[in-house]
Amino acid sequence: MTTLQQAQPTQFSKILAIGAERGELVVTNDDIAGPIDSSDEWIRQRTGIVTRRRAGADKDVLDLAEAASKKALEAAGLVGADIDAIILSTITHMHMTPSAAAILADRIGATPAAAYDVSAACAGYAYGIGQADALVRAGLARHVLVIGAEKLSEIIDPTDRSISFLLGDGAGAAIVGPSDTPGIGPTVWGSDGSKATAIRQTHSWTELRENPELGWPTLRQDGPTVFKWASFQMAPIAEKAMAEAGVTAEDIKVFIPHQANMRIIDQMKKQLGLPDSVVIARDIAETGNTSAASIPLAAERLLSEGQAKSGDLALQIGFGAGLVYAAQVVVLP
Amino acid sequence: MANTDQEILEGLAEIVAEETGLDTADVLLEKSFTDDLDIDSLSMMTIVTHAEDKFGVRIPDEEVKNLATVGDAVSFIKGAQD
Repeated sequence: MTTLQQAQPTQFSKILAIGAERGELVVTNDDIAGPIDSSDEWIRQRTGIVTRRRAGADKDVLDLAEAASKKALEAAGLVGADIDAIILSTITHMHMTPSAAAILADRIGATPAAAYDVSAACAGYAYGIGQADALVRAGLARHVLVIGAEKLSEIIDPTDRSISFLLGDGAGAAIVGPSDTPGIGPTVWGSDGSKATAIRQTHSWTELRENPELGWPTLRQDGPTVFKWASFQMAPIAEKAMAEAGVTAEDIKVFIPHQANMRIIDQMKKQLGLPDSVVIARDIAETGNTSAASIPLAAERLLSEGQAKSGDLALQIGFGAGLVYAAQVVVLP
Repeated sequence: MANTDQEILEGLAEIVAEETGLDTADVLLEKSFTDDLDIDSLSMMTIVTHAEDKFGVRIPDEEVKNLATVGDAVSFIKGAQD
């Protein structure tokens, strides 16, 4: 009798390389303060943001994703043909179909890699790393390209005081592959759709069709609600990720939370009781909030500026619209 | 166990002092969180979270905007405990 073959698992996975691409325009607080009747001082005090990076009109989310992916491939010493699967997280690919991932696969020479987009907003990169870890260890793919890519400037309203002024454009890419040693701890992830309106699109595409006067949909958030949820309910998720990875706050060298707001980052550090020796990612000050791209962008900055080094144990957590969240402890490439 | 108004005020003053660096003696019932104590909406959520833990009550997010003064918060917490 014929016996069904299943994919052969491999024991460990790790992040082999990270690549980053930020929007080329440096947008200051003074540049955007007018329409929201605000000031550089207010924005800094409230968010920790000094500048945000945005892409010009000639670049879309796929251009950002392509640039970051090519840098990650080069850093890993791989070519597109080595990639078996692509997981791209974005909320700003302006076609509902086909996926950005499939087009990206073609652009980087990864065809016929499996390719799909995920919609997990600011948690999308950490969702992707969790999936890539599972795909590699299950034997379904050898090398997986995970990208968080956003051109959030496409869905902002310059007069919105809730979220638009935080947002930037960029893409971060990571390549996950097999490893001789453990490189990605268990992913602790979840969702809470009862808070679906906390971070939202102003109106749907069908509502726009019925009433064109509504104009282009943009993002809004209930800032204090999101602050409270992220600051106080995400710390236990991060703690669970450490516990499941068998490490404590004392073992962590680097903390890379989603770059939503410096006040959230500071509060999470406090809630987690991280020692001062832990390097905290604060890329938000210069890049702004780039949603799914923010964790890999922040990681790349720490590595390239020498604040973190290859082999360091990093705790990363993404959280955002859904609401959704995902956390894991990883070894930095 | 329910607290007295005075116990709630003292507990709340400690939380506000911890968050803002103000002296607990400045946290009086008639003080406005925003106008007198200079507490922004994010700091207010931190204070609310610590107050929920300390007094064993739930303060819904949509209720927070109605808590204009320290006295409003004391009354709400007292009512939620009863």
